[in-house]
Amino acid sequence: MHTESLNTQSTFPTRHSEARPEHPPGIPLAIHDLTVAYHRKPVLWDIELNIPEGKLVGVVGPNGAGKSTLLKACLDLVPLSSGWAHIYGKPYRKNRHRVAYVPQRESVDWDFPVNAIDVVAMGAYRRVGWFRRVGKAENERAMEALEQVGIGHLARRQISQLSGGQQQRVFLARALMQDADLYLMDEPFAAVDAATEEAIVDLLRKLSERGKTCLVVHHDLATVTTYFDWLVLLNMRVVADGPAAETFTRDNLQKTYGGKLSLLEKAAEALRSTPH
Amino acid sequence: MNWTGFDTWIVVIGALCAAACALPGCFLVLRKMSMMGDAISHAVLPGLAIAFLVTGTRASVAMFLGAAVAGVLTALFTQWITRFGNVDRGAAMGIVFTTLFAIGLLLIRQAADHVDLDPGCVLYGAIELTPLDLVSLGGLPIPRAALVNGTVLLLNLGIIALLYKELKLSSFDPDLADTLGYPSQFLHYLLMTMVAVTTVAAFESVGSIIVIAMLIVPPATALLLTHDLLKMLLIAVGAAVLSALGGHLGALVVPGWFGFESTTTSGMIALAAGLVFTLAWLFSPKEGVLTRRFREKVGDPGSLPDTNTA
Repeated sequence: MHTESLNTQSTFPTRHSEARPEHPPGIPLAIHDLTVAYHRKPVLWDIELNIPEGKLVGVVGPNGAGKSTLLKACLDLVPLSSGWAHIYGKPYRKNRHRVAYVPQRESVDWDFPVNAIDVVAMGAYRRVGWFRRVGKAENERAMEALEQVGIGHLARRQISQLSGGQQQRVFLARALMQDADLYLMDEPFAAVDAATEEAIVDLLRKLSERGKTCLVVHHDLATVTTYFDWLVLLNMRVVADGPAAETFTRDNLQKTYGGKLSLLEKAAEALRSTPH
Repeated sequence: MNWTGFDTWIVVIGALCAAACALPGCFLVLRKMSMMGDAISHAVLPGLAIAFLVTGTRASVAMFLGAAVAGVLTALFTQWITRFGNVDRGAAMGIVFTTLFAIGLLLIRQAADHVDLDPGCVLYGAIELTPLDLVSLGGLPIPRAALVNGTVLLLNLGIIALLYKELKLSSFDPDLADTLGYPSQFLHYLLMTMVAVTTVAAFESVGSIIVIAMLIVPPATALLLTHDLLKMLLIAVGAAVLSALGGHLGALVVPGWFGFESTTTSGMIALAAGLVFTLAWLFSPKEGVLTRRFREKVGDPGSLPDTNTA
C-alpha cells in the first residue's frame, strides 16, 4: 500500500516538489530542517542533507559535534525538535527494513551472556517477527555473515572473549544480517586493530559496489579521503558536504574544527598527506 | 529434627517463590538494574494497601493489579525524575521508592490497622505460617501461597518463553531493539510489571526485604557459572530451589547447634542463597577465585582464550 501511494506521488512531480523540496524518493537519506536539542541545548541545528545512492559517506567533526546524534535522529532514537529525516522518501518507521545500524561498540555490555552468532542473528529479528524463534535458515545466514567479516571460527565464542576488533566485526556482521540498503555506522574504526580496519574498509567497498549507501562516523582525518568518496563536515550545523576531494579543504576543516589548535594542526598534516 | 508435611510445604512454597523471582531477576541483573527490584518491592506497598482498602480482601486479583500499577509507576517516576530533575537513576529511585513505601506504611497504619496486614509481616514475611492458609485446588487442599507463587512462576515462565528473543535483544541492545521495531520501553515496563507482580506474590511468604535476595542472588550466582542466557535462567532457578531447601533445613538444624530453637526460614533462605553464591564465586569452572588459583599452581592455562589481542 505504501509503495502504491509513493508511486502515485512520484507521477506528480510538481505537487510533490512543492510539498517537499529536494526530496526525490530514490535518495537513501534526505534530511530537511532537522534540529535536535537535549535539555533545550541544541545539538544539531537546521541540518539540510541529501546523501546520494551508492556512496561511502564519511561524517567528520570534532567531539560533541552531534555526529552520533545525527545517526540516531535518522533512526527515530532521539526526539526531533523540528524537521525530518527520510529514508528512501519515507519516514524511518515505514522503511525500517532498508536501514542497518552499527552503534558504537561501547554502547553495549560485552559481558552479556550470549555468543557471537547470537548477536549476529539479532540482525534478523525484524524478519523473524514477534514471538517466533530464529530458524535454521537465519542461523545459516548469520554464519555466512560472520564468515564474510572473517571470524566464522569464533561463532560459538562468548562475546566478552573477543578482542575489540572482533567485537566490531560481530557488529558489522549483524548489520549485514539486516540486509539493508542504507548502513549507518557510528565509529566502526574506533580502537580496532589494523587487520580489522582493513577488513571494514574492504566490506564498505563491497557494499558500495552493490549500490548500498554507507554513512560512517569517522575520526581519523588522515584516512578520510582514502576511505570515503563523499563527506559531511559537521559541527552542530553542516559546515560542508559533497564529494570528498572537493569538500576536504583547509578552509572547511578550519570552519569545522574552529579554534581547536591541535586538531587544526592534525588537519593540516592530513591535508599535506593527501594528493590534493 | 522432626520433618513433617508442614516442612515439605514450606520448602515447596519457598522454592516456588524463589524460582518465580529468579526468572525476571536474571534480566534485572543483566540490565544492571538490580536495585530496581529493591525499589519496586518496596514501592508496591501503597498499591497493595489501596487495593486492600477498596476491596477489603487480601486474596484478590485487585491486590495484584494495585501492585502492578504501583510497580510501573515506580519505574515511570524514576525515569521522569532522572530526566527532568537532573539527578542520576540511583538517586531518583531512592526518592521514588522511599516516598511510595512511606505512603504505603501510613495507609496501612491509619486505615487498615485493625486487620491482618501488618507492617512486620510486610517486611519479613511469615513463610512458617503459610501452610495453614489452605485453598482447594480440584478438591485437594493446598496452601494458598503455593497456588499464588506457583501461578506467578508459570506466568513468568510463559512470558519469558514467549518473549525470550525480544527480552534478550532489548536487554543487550535497547537501541537496536527500537530500530528493529521492538519497543524497548514497552519491554522495560513489561519486565517491571513482572517484577511487581512476582514481588507481591512473594510478599507474605518472605517479605519485602528477603524478596530482593531472591530476585538478585540466584541470577548473580548463575552469571558466575555460565556464558549462555538460557543456561543462566535454568541455573538461577536451580540455585533458587537449592536455597529454599537449604534455607529451611538450616533454619531447623543450625540454631540447635547453639542451643536455640529453630529460626526464621525466610532469613535462612536468603543466607543460603548467599552461601550458594559464595561457593560459585570460589569454585566456578569459568572464573572461580580458587579455580583460577588452582590453575595457576598446576600450570594449566585453562580453557579461557587470550582476550587481549587488540
